[in-house]
Amino acid sequence: MKYIDEYRVPRAAEQYVREIRRITRRSWSIMEICGGQTHAIIKYGIDRLLPKQLRLLHGPGCPVCITAAEHIDQAIELALLPNVIFCSFGDMVRVPGTSSTLLVARAAGADVRVVYSPLESVAIAQQNPRHEVVLFGIGFETTAPAIAMAVQQAQMLNLKNFSLLSVLALVPPAITTLLDDPANTIDGFLAAGHVCTVMGYREYQPIADKYGVPIVVTGFEPLDILQGIHMTVAQLERGAATVENQYSRAVTAEGNLPAQKLIRDVFQTVDRNWRGIGSINQSGLALRPSFGDFDALHRFTLGRSHSQPELRCISGLILQGRNKPHECAVFGAECTPEHPLGATMVSGEGACAAYFRYRQQKIEPGGSIKDITK
Amino acid sequence: MCLAVPGKLTSINAGDPLTRTGTVDFSGIFMTVNLAFAPEAAVEDYVLVHAGIAIGTINKEEAARVMQYLAEISQSATEDDHR
Repeated sequence: MKYIDEYRVPRAAEQYVREIRRITRRSWSIMEICGGQTHAIIKYGIDRLLPKQLRLLHGPGCPVCITAAEHIDQAIELALLPNVIFCSFGDMVRVPGTSSTLLVARAAGADVRVVYSPLESVAIAQQNPRHEVVLFGIGFETTAPAIAMAVQQAQMLNLKNFSLLSVLALVPPAITTLLDDPANTIDGFLAAGHVCTVMGYREYQPIADKYGVPIVVTGFEPLDILQGIHMTVAQLERGAATVENQYSRAVTAEGNLPAQKLIRDVFQTVDRNWRGIGSINQSGLALRPSFGDFDALHRFTLGRSHSQPELRCISGLILQGRNKPHECAVFGAECTPEHPLGATMVSGEGACAAYFRYRQQKIEPGGSIKDITK
Repeated sequence: MCLAVPGKLTSINAGDPLTRTGTVDFSGIFMTVNLAFAPEAAVEDYVLVHAGIAIGTINKEEAARVMQYLAEISQSATEDDHR
C-alpha cells in the first residue's frame, strides 16, 4: 500500500540500524509512548537490532490498557440496564473490570455493539428512538475528535436518546507524571505520531525544556521508528533536549486546528484515573456542562464501583516502562490473551499481548523464560 | 487504538462542513470517510483515516524525508570515515 510499503524496506532498515550503532556511545533508555509503536517494535524485532546500550521502554499509550477498572464496571452496569444499546470499540469488550467484561454482559443479554467509528453510534441512536444508546468514549487525542463529532452530531440532530461515557485521556500529563517519578530512568521519548497529527507538538517543547529530555514525534512503520530512534540518540549523544518531528508527512507543529477546536468546544479537562498508574491531574476529557445532557453519568444513576486491583498483574509497572512483560511471574502461564489478568494482555497494542504474540516466549520450570524463536 | 491508515481519496460528496464525506480507497477496499477535519483534502490526495474520520492529509513532499534523512546521515558518516 502506498505510504506504508515504502517504510518497510529491509535494506533501508539495515542501513538505519548501522547508523544507529555508529552514533551510539553511551547507554540510553528511550520510551516509545504509543502502543501501536510497541506493537511494531516487537513485531519487526526492532529492539533486537539495536546496540546493547539502547533500551526501549514501552510506554502507557494504549487507551484500552489504561482505562480504569471502575470505568469498565460503569460500562458494564450501563450495558446491563434495560433498554440500553451500549456501543464500544472492539478491543474494549474483552477487558476485565472488577469482576466481569462487556463480553460477559453481552452473553447475559446486554445489547453490546462493537462500532468501528463513533459516528455509527449516532446512526444507531437515530434508528432506535425507543432505546437509550450509550457510547463508550475511550482513546487519546487521536480519537477525541471523532468522539466530539459524534456528540456534536447528536446535538445537531436533537437526539434525546444518545449519551457518552467519556474516559478519554491526554498524553502529555502522563509523560510529565513519568518524568516526575524519582525512580524515572527515561532519557528520551518517541512521541505518538497520530496524537500529534491532531494536537501538533508545541505542547511538548516545555516538557523537553523542563526535564531536559529529547522528544521526537515518530510514526509507526519500521523505518519511521528507526529514524525516530536515530534522531533521539543523536540528540542524547550531543547533549541536546528538544522536540523534533520525524513524522512530517502526517504531523505539523500546529496540528489539526479544526479538530482541536471541536475538542475544546465539546470537552473540558478533568483529573483521570489511569489503570496501573493512578490519578493524573488534568489528564482526562469530560463533556462540558453545555453538553451535560449527553453525559451518561448524568443521565443514569450508577452504583459505586469497588474495584480491586488484580494483585498478580504488574501491568502498572509495565505501562510505566519499569518492567518488561516476560519479567512477570504469570506472563504466558496464568495470564494469556485468552485468559488475561490485565489489560496489557487484552489489547492488541498492549505490551504483554505483543510479546505473547510475536516472541513465543514460554515459562520454563522454575520461572526462567526461554525464547524459543532464538 | 491510535492506528490511522492512509488511503486515497477518490471522490468527495457534498455536505455541510461537519458531515462532508468522501470515498477512500485502501488498496481496493473502499470506505466512506468523514472529511470535516480535512477541509484541504482533494481527490487523489491520501488522507489519514482513524475511526472513520480523516484526521489529516499526507504531505507528499515530506513523505520522502525518511529516505532523505538516511541519505544525509550515511553521507556524513562516509565523510567522517574519510577524515
